[in-house]
Amino acid sequence: MKQIFAKPQSMTDKVSHYCPGCTHGIAHRLVGETIDELGIADRTIGVASVGCSVLAYEYFDVDFQQASHGRAPAVATGIKRVHPESIVFTYQGDGDLASIGTAEAIHAAMRGENITIIFINNAIYGMTGGQMAPTTLLGQQTTTTPEGRRFEEMGAPIRMAEMLATLDGAAYVARFSLHDIPNITKAKRAIKKSFQYQLEGKGFTIVELLSTCPTNWGMSPNESLEWVQTDMMKVYPLGEFKTPEEGEKK
Amino acid sequence: MTYEILIAGFGGQGVMSMGMLLTYAGMLEGKYVSWIPSYGPEQRGGTANCAVVISDEEIGSPVVTEPTIAVIMNLPSLDKFEPTVSSGGKIFVNSSLIAKDVSRSDLLITKVPANDIAGELGADRIANMVMLGAVLAETRVVSEESIIESLKAVLPPHRHNLIPLNRDALERGKALVLAKE
Amino acid sequence: MANETVLMKGNEVIGEAAVRAGCRYFFGYPITPQNELPAYMAKRLPEVQGVFVQAESETAAINMVYGASGAGARVMTSSSSPGISLKQEGISYLAGAELPAVIVNMMRGGPGLGTIQPSQSDYFQATKGGGHGDYNMVVLAPASVQELADLTMDAFDIADKYRNPVMVLGDGVLGQMMEPVAFKERQSAEFVKDWATTGKQGRSKPNLINSLYLDPEKSAEHNEELHAKYMTMAKNEVRYEVKNLEDAEVVLVAYGMMARITSSVMNKAREKGMKVGLIRPISVWPFPDEAFEMALPQAKAFLTVEMSKGQMVEDVRLAVNGRAPVYFYGRTGGVIPSPQEVMEQLEAVYAKVQGGEA
Repeated sequence: MKQIFAKPQSMTDKVSHYCPGCTHGIAHRLVGETIDELGIADRTIGVASVGCSVLAYEYFDVDFQQASHGRAPAVATGIKRVHPESIVFTYQGDGDLASIGTAEAIHAAMRGENITIIFINNAIYGMTGGQMAPTTLLGQQTTTTPEGRRFEEMGAPIRMAEMLATLDGAAYVARFSLHDIPNITKAKRAIKKSFQYQLEGKGFTIVELLSTCPTNWGMSPNESLEWVQTDMMKVYPLGEFKTPEEGEKK
Repeated sequence: MTYEILIAGFGGQGVMSMGMLLTYAGMLEGKYVSWIPSYGPEQRGGTANCAVVISDEEIGSPVVTEPTIAVIMNLPSLDKFEPTVSSGGKIFVNSSLIAKDVSRSDLLITKVPANDIAGELGADRIANMVMLGAVLAETRVVSEESIIESLKAVLPPHRHNLIPLNRDALERGKALVLAKE
Repeated sequence: MANETVLMKGNEVIGEAAVRAGCRYFFGYPITPQNELPAYMAKRLPEVQGVFVQAESETAAINMVYGASGAGARVMTSSSSPGISLKQEGISYLAGAELPAVIVNMMRGGPGLGTIQPSQSDYFQATKGGGHGDYNMVVLAPASVQELADLTMDAFDIADKYRNPVMVLGDGVLGQMMEPVAFKERQSAEFVKDWATTGKQGRSKPNLINSLYLDPEKSAEHNEELHAKYMTMAKNEVRYEVKNLEDAEVVLVAYGMMARITSSVMNKAREKGMKVGLIRPISVWPFPDEAFEMALPQAKAFLTVEMSKGQMVEDVRLAVNGRAPVYFYGRTGGVIPSPQEVMEQLEAVYAKVQGGEA
């Protein structure tokens, strides 16, 4: 029998704890494929954050450190400064990176830390049960915005990719989506690019991935994928915002 | 013997470096020494002071609350520290900048027109060394040679050309005290 | 400058001692009165192929320490009271993930922004946890610039030995003062860090630095293991200095800068014929209970002196355990108790002892 599909070598056999229809699994797989294809499993060190992906270290067969909430880019800085030849990536959600850890993310970019951030934007706090995230859309209902997010009280969604692209220290900044196959393919290409740029020592790289949270959005998996396209992408346009070759794209 | 020395003035008068030189010289002479600066916003422009202890014995408190030697470079420092000097202690007053007399009668008072003499030497910044020369002559806390050795150690080589000027300043301060005797 | 005696500022001495102990990574954030230390490291570390990073906050700095330590490096950070408060989360994580690191606190007065003047008011924070969770760390309290050098070097070895953070607890004065110091030649033990995240590099199993245990049984087991380690630390790492306990009727208790002042007071009291001794805890965690056993057969009273409203005095009371009265004197706000003030307090306690009141 011919094998046409397999789990990436750099991933473990552990069954994931993610909810049905959640796109974390896809994002994990894309990172795993990238590590395999670049042949860097032996020198990759991941940093898990706090949120749904807190257990990311159980799913990757590479060295890992578990960071406190929001501090993954600082932890990654410490690792990378000690082992500049290693490949260091963080895997962070929107509460972790765009709320409590905003300073760490921005300053790692400002310093041009030669690390890669995989940033999962699903517009909500997942693990704690569906509270408003800084990325929550206007009008979106969460447990802490029961009437929907109102600009007057809670401001408007934060666009991390666009913000980070303005920093000279950031080498590669992109946002892609995981809601269908063509977009997943583009996301994969961006993730691989970001790791390649790190290998080349280009500096700070980040890929923001629009993701689903059917459980806390109160939708079916299919409705969730649909909502990413119909609602999220209006607020969060896809594409590369900065590349080492072309700089910031305005 | 334990000397508890307080040196006070305003920022830029070389108060801290006077203290450091004494401390370094004491170390070169094999004594126990400590130096503590006052630190904080007042370092910038306001009054600056440092405390130096030079002793034949291990130093307990490096904090000087009742100095046996007080070196006063400006008026606010006189007002602030005159009352703290240990009875029978020695107070040195920069009479170029302080017209006021020391009111206490239980202190040995030495007036040193440090800035005037420094002016005669052509370098106002050397006033602290004139003062230090007087302090050395009056107290013999460390030798002048140890101070010169310390200068050689703390000044970068390209500044060693300043050593003769510093020596002149020390000598003028010393001469003032010897003339008094 | 092998064993040569040099005159250096306390904060700079910590930096040089760290470099000589093999520390090659420093992550810090500016705060008075410890700024000379990061400045020294920024200049010194590149000379030894080390790395200095000025972080965006104390929080980021301690997490950089976490990353670097987890990657197997000897690493350090420093701050002063308000900044150490910000580092507490990271210190708890270091303890939880069993990572060695040296943290320096040059204490200033609080609470809040407080003052930049010296203080000892972070004793509770340093010795009773500070961060969340059941953990302990060795806390060393130097009293001289020479001790800053010696204890900083020791701190790195203790940290590596137990895979645990160690704190050097000084105060503003100690960091700012200059005293002669001789850096001792020392051979640090070799610590094999086969647990560090370096990339698998051929290992069959990945290494993981982690403090998360979702399973209650496993979490309990982890806590039991940590506790056993802390008990070993408590047994092995006790340090203190005692003076004149043989006939002391009143025993002064003080640490750090206050112990210097208190020692002067003790000498003056002895000149007056008063039977006074001194206990100086050098490790404030573990607290040197045994020194009090040495004092207790003779001692009729203890007088604890601190630059706080009374923190270490609680440990003194626990050690004495009701067997003699424990008195306290302290000043706050950056005011250092003068020898004269301490002498007055001592004389009052001494009079009580003589009058049979104590």
